[in-house]
Amino acid sequence: MLDFPRWKVLSIFGFLAVLMALAIPSFFPEEMTKSWPVHPRINLGLDLAGGSYLLLEADTSQLVTDRVNLMSDSVATAMRKAPRIDIGDITTDGGKVSFMLRNVAQLEDARQRLSEMTTGVGTTGQRNWDIQVVDATRFVITPTKAGVDEAIDSAMSGATEVVRRRIDSLGTREPTIIRSGATRIVVQVPGLQDPTALKALLGKTAKLEFKLVDTTADTAKLAIGQSPIGDQILPYPSAAGRGFPYVGYPQNKLPVIAVRRAAIITGQDLTDARVQNDPQTNAPVVAFQFNTEGGKRFAKTTQENVNKPFAIILDGSVISAPNIEGPILGGSGVIQGGFTFQSANDLAIQLKSGALPVALKVIEERTVGPDLGKDSIQAGIKASIIAVILVVIFMLATYGRFGLYANYAVVINVVVIMGVLAVLNGTLTLPGIAGFVLTIGTAVDANVLINERIREERRRGRSVIQSVELGYKEASRTIFEANMTHGISGVVMLLLGSGPVKGFAVVLLIGIITSVFTAVTFTRMLVVMWLRKHRPQTINI
Amino acid sequence: MRLLKIVPDDTNIDFVRLRYWAFGLTTLLTIAAVALVFIHRLNMGVDFVGGIMIEEKFQVPPDVEKVRSVVDGLKFGDAQIQTVGDQKTLSIRLPRPESADDAATNRIVNAVSAALEKNFAGAQFSKQDAVSGKVSGELVWNGILAVAVAVLLIGLFAIFRFEWQFGVSTVVAIMHDILMTLGFFALTQLEFDLNIVAAVLTIIGYSINDKIVIDDRIRENMRRYRKMDMREIINLSVNETLPRTVMTSLTILLALFALLIFGGHVLRGFTAAMILGVIVGTYSSIYVSSSLLITLGLRAEPTPDKPGKPSAATGAERVGPGNN
Repeated sequence: MLDFPRWKVLSIFGFLAVLMALAIPSFFPEEMTKSWPVHPRINLGLDLAGGSYLLLEADTSQLVTDRVNLMSDSVATAMRKAPRIDIGDITTDGGKVSFMLRNVAQLEDARQRLSEMTTGVGTTGQRNWDIQVVDATRFVITPTKAGVDEAIDSAMSGATEVVRRRIDSLGTREPTIIRSGATRIVVQVPGLQDPTALKALLGKTAKLEFKLVDTTADTAKLAIGQSPIGDQILPYPSAAGRGFPYVGYPQNKLPVIAVRRAAIITGQDLTDARVQNDPQTNAPVVAFQFNTEGGKRFAKTTQENVNKPFAIILDGSVISAPNIEGPILGGSGVIQGGFTFQSANDLAIQLKSGALPVALKVIEERTVGPDLGKDSIQAGIKASIIAVILVVIFMLATYGRFGLYANYAVVINVVVIMGVLAVLNGTLTLPGIAGFVLTIGTAVDANVLINERIREERRRGRSVIQSVELGYKEASRTIFEANMTHGISGVVMLLLGSGPVKGFAVVLLIGIITSVFTAVTFTRMLVVMWLRKHRPQTINI
Repeated sequence: MRLLKIVPDDTNIDFVRLRYWAFGLTTLLTIAAVALVFIHRLNMGVDFVGGIMIEEKFQVPPDVEKVRSVVDGLKFGDAQIQTVGDQKTLSIRLPRPESADDAATNRIVNAVSAALEKNFAGAQFSKQDAVSGKVSGELVWNGILAVAVAVLLIGLFAIFRFEWQFGVSTVVAIMHDILMTLGFFALTQLEFDLNIVAAVLTIIGYSINDKIVIDDRIRENMRRYRKMDMREIINLSVNETLPRTVMTSLTILLALFALLIFGGHVLRGFTAAMILGVIVGTYSSIYVSSSLLITLGLRAEPTPDKPGKPSAATGAERVGPGNN
């Protein structure tokens, strides 16, 4: 029992000292510790630091529809290539592309062209589209689940990047943006008090397109939603009451405009966007700059279409449809749309950071003001200190010297948990502080078990050394089993819990592991050192 | 120095004899708890039912009725208003707007904040949660799943380490603890939110911890006193571990009361649940799980000790009454 070699003593002290040292940087301001060689740090959760938490979910139904429409356009284009394959009755009904082949002899050619348009999906062995021929002449192209999943996955990766760029433009400190599950993104912005601006920025996909207006479209047909071939009908809210560009369009209906499907240029070709004031009206406008290639394309198209209008389209809605007075060279321009400075600025940020590949919706939002966070930290620290003091006094009064050793263990344990949390780059939340307080209570349980056992063995008449040895040995098994069950509930919380539950579970689990070491190994060492030195015949326990 | 002894050395309470009374009382309380949950319902937080919760801090304790009339005047639906923590902080709960877009939530939060700031000088927003029905549904499901998985795993662990009777009695005792906690929340109408799920899971962990310690001692005594009657063994074991049970419960309660009083209002529900859980868990360790072992027919003789395994108990001075 008294055999406790020096190397073991030293390594226990060393180990605890290192873990405790790791907690030190968390107590100093970040600017100060930055220059230290190692500076692990406990991050404060939003409930303590204040800030906003947003859970965004992608609306994938639009993505799926767009993908089918795009496929339909690609099919039409592919079939037109020389040698031309004549097709007809192309539809996207029921989320599938289907069309008729006019000449059955071209079946294999058509199949060949279609299969070139599909690709394999990762390692699934599936194609992203399924091609079938029904009734000998009708092709049906159905999106496969693997293909849709892949498209959603890549859209989500893109969306996460765009969200990051947009939030970075707000200039907030250390935002966290991570994907969560298949279609969600978690955004955490510490210190942000008013998520309104943030949500305004994320609320739009900001898909910018420039398309030529079809001035020849028939007004009456437009009014009942029929568009000429190769055109699409888009809402044009700001034209209300002006009738532009279709004379005779009903005044009481939402104004629409027919544009060519093919875009002259899109937001992808933008290199810069910023707010300016219109020199004439002084109203805020968004100035943009295209890249060289986009600029050339724009110049060429405007040159060929002088005196015709083109539409500036944002998220499927026409902002304005100016007339092309002359070729627009240089690849730059402005968007006027009755903006306020704020909305112009938001649009500029959105354009610059790129369009979201998929629309995002906020499905959960939590904001904590900085004052409440500060109050919570203070209250948490106060409660922890008082809890430690109460427990320490109680243990000392009950077990004397053995209680004192247990108290050393408790205090060391608290610091060690912080050190481990810092090394794991963990986040301390308010429930995490509750975890600390609870760990203070439960950590002494191990010592209570040991000390009660020693008391019992002493009562049975065993010698001091025998009692201590049996106390530790018998209690260790119980401690292991009790902590296992505690650990099981901790792991369940960590894996299945959400938000605050996780923050609590992390501290609890670290505490369970470290407390076994401090409460059993460390106190045993202290007891042994004392017994070895004094060889007491009797102990007060 | 004379040391504190909460439980006197030769305590020998006949817990087993009292078990029918205890069973009766426990059954009554459990039925009452379940009935409370059905009649009063739980005061579910926005985490679990969706909606908007705004916490507003005022300079001076506000007139709740006036706040209610200001908020109702905005016509965002039925507002639930409660004071939290000190009298200066109010939580205002509103149903989620019917239009699902984000702007609607923003509008509501901004309108409420603006109206309050106008009517009450220095009123300040301190916290805001908006949870959609979809997310709240998932959170409910996750919470139930987590509790169920924890109970199941711990039950399996108890069966694996001990006899099956221990597994069953432990699970029954946990169910009792969970139901009592739910009943407490139905009675007090404290808000039941995500933090409470953490509390319930911790109560489970703690309560098991307590039972394992007693079970462990029962197992040890079963080996030590082969011929002793099961009732005697359980009485002996519960009494032997009683000082530890009481000590540990008290230290945890000390820590929890510190948290309840000084830890701020955000954690109050969590701490209240934990305190109740510790008390209920301690009770169920002594009465529900240990006494149930007798009803389940745990026998002392079944597993012959592996020969050669040194038993700590050899030569123990304390001899069971059966050997006298």
